[in-house]
Amino acid sequence: MKVTVCVKRVPSTTTRIKVAADGKSIDETGVEYVLNPYDEFAVEEGLRQVEKAGGEVTVVAFGPEAVTKELRNTLAMGAHAAIHVAADATPRDALATAKVLAAAIAATAPDLVLFGRQAIDGDQGQVGLMVATLLGYAALPDVVKLEVTGATAKASREVEGAIETSELPLPCVITTHKGLNEPRLPNMKGIMAAKKKTIAPATAAPAASTSSVTALELPPERAAGKIVGEGAAAVPALLKALRDEAHAL
Amino acid sequence: MSCIIAIAEQSDGKLKKVAGEVASEALRLGKSANLPVVGLAIGPGAAAAAAQLGAFGVANAIALEGATLAPYSGEAYAAALAAVVKARGAKLVLLGATSFARDLLGRLGALLDSSPAADCVAISANGAAFTARRPVYAGKALQSVAFAASPALASLRPNVFAATPSAGTTTSVETLAPAAPPAKCGRLVERVATGGGRIELTEAECIVAGGRGLKTPETFAKLLEPLAAALGAAVGASRAVVDAGWRPHGEQVGQTGKTVAPKLYFAVGISGAIQHLAGMRTSKTIVAINKDKEAPIFKVADYGIVGDVEEVLPALTEAVKKLKSGG
Ligand SMILES: Cc1cc2nc3c(=O)[nH]c(=O)nc-3n(C[C@H](O)[C@H](O)[C@H](O)COP(=O)(O)OP(=O)(O)OC[C@H]3O[C@@H](n4cnc5c(N)ncnc54)[C@H](O)[C@@H]3O)c2cc1C
Ligand SMILES: Nc1ncnc2c1ncn2[C@@H]1O[C@H](COP(=O)(O)O)[C@@H](O)[C@H]1O
Repeated sequence: MKVTVCVKRVPSTTTRIKVAADGKSIDETGVEYVLNPYDEFAVEEGLRQVEKAGGEVTVVAFGPEAVTKELRNTLAMGAHAAIHVAADATPRDALATAKVLAAAIAATAPDLVLFGRQAIDGDQGQVGLMVATLLGYAALPDVVKLEVTGATAKASREVEGAIETSELPLPCVITTHKGLNEPRLPNMKGIMAAKKKTIAPATAAPAASTSSVTALELPPERAAGKIVGEGAAAVPALLKALRDEAHAL
Repeated sequence: MSCIIAIAEQSDGKLKKVAGEVASEALRLGKSANLPVVGLAIGPGAAAAAAQLGAFGVANAIALEGATLAPYSGEAYAAALAAVVKARGAKLVLLGATSFARDLLGRLGALLDSSPAADCVAISANGAAFTARRPVYAGKALQSVAFAASPALASLRPNVFAATPSAGTTTSVETLAPAAPPAKCGRLVERVATGGGRIELTEAECIVAGGRGLKTPETFAKLLEPLAAALGAAVGASRAVVDAGWRPHGEQVGQTGKTVAPKLYFAVGISGAIQHLAGMRTSKTIVAINKDKEAPIFKVADYGIVGDVEEVLPALTEAVKKLKSGG
């Protein structure tokens, strides 16, 4: 089975966001970048699927040169090949990104394409489904359970009040959610092996954005709250405040 | 004639709560952009659900029903919706940011060649040009997005937009057959209800969330669940307790869990790590219960009690029960 996994480089979850001088993007000074946490589930799932069925995992990232660090990391986890689609400084919206990735993915002739549920910078959760639609593949987002047998993927996702299981013909796109697996950490052997693997460069297919970010702002600070008291003795004061002041009960 | 389309999520002929919010926002924008609003419901029961849009003042609606729409298939649904949006020349398409939208919004974007904005908290119209505001970086910042393509596509975060009931509108519903699905389609084969009628986290008006301060899964269940039950609240959890296997993944609140914005959020024995705050900081009122008065959660809480969960929770549960029974 040929599995292609898309990964993005994002600010770590502990980043304090500052707005850059352009008023539209983040100030990157001091920001630590990591592999998007949901994409770790995607890489891990790809590795598990080929460990079961045989085959290869190819990881694709569209981004600046620096993303080769995250790609190297996925190779150390055990991915077989990596493709770096070089991005210029032009910001791309979700659909333009999907068009670039769709072209790169099609060239890998995959049976299964894995994405993270969402990139934790833009929090869109769209690129995977867009790529599937552009390529004419079936897709399911937010998957917490995946089984591939023959030419069919059986995948489950949690919706409001239920777990829904769907069957999809291969090749298909799956976006991965927490709960699907526990991503492995690269071991020393993997890190050494990754040094010998090459990251193939690729150029982005032309794709224009159909939306643009016009501003980025910090949300209003929450007003400082108050400690109503200590221990069980504070309960009546809390309920009174919730009822009469906050009108929350 | 061009229009705004409000996709009304429904299940077996019953509108979802968010459909009212979407319809009301569509009408508000329709007024300022001078565009009529068309409701759009899809799947088994769509016609019955579409008729209920009158309760929010939507006079015209389309219902898509047909054999290709049951069982559910994201591919078939997206193709059918996109065909109607195209045929009507819609300038703006809105839907609720639920798991229904998570499966459809990106597909619609690709089919209609317009990059959508997901999970918006505000939409504004300047003539028929639309701008969306949406949280990014797990709510640590807010982004404004201008749409350059038509239709603009946006999903609206539930519980943020007001549903405005409007008496006396009768909706005229046109039932259409769905456009043909693409060659490769997934289909739903099984649906298992979770939690036996329990309140869904992202829809709940009140959430009681617990963390490692509850010590064991047994004390979590013994102390926290009764409080949630007394409040009619959903149960949430920090990642620490989900990772420890005390609680299911679906209950995790935070940057890599669910984003929630209830009217009332209790953080019990939760320290208030930045990743946890990311998922709940836009809750209307936040209450923290923690034995450490320096815990960061107190910085975002409106009200706090410094104390041990073993002592505070039983007392709080009893007091809430008394209050709810009219005491
Ligand atoms: C990539 C990444 C993603 C993450 N995503 C999330 C996420 O989505 N959601 C999330 O929640 N976390 C997330 N985290 C984890 C986060 O950093 C914290 O580790 C986690 O939220 C801590 O959980 P906690 O507050 O339950 O535990 P702790 O930090 O251990 O806090 C326990 C609290 O309980 C209090 N306490 C102890 N005993 C008592 C008692 N008897 N009575 C009252 N109070 C008591 C303590 O004072 C303390 O404040 C993420 C981390 C990373 C690196
Ligand atoms: N620039 C990119 N390069 C590779 N993969 C990406 C890129 N952007 C998004 N993705 C993938 O698409 C998923 C969803 O991203 P998004 O729709 O931006 O939330 C991510 O988890 C990644 O798997």
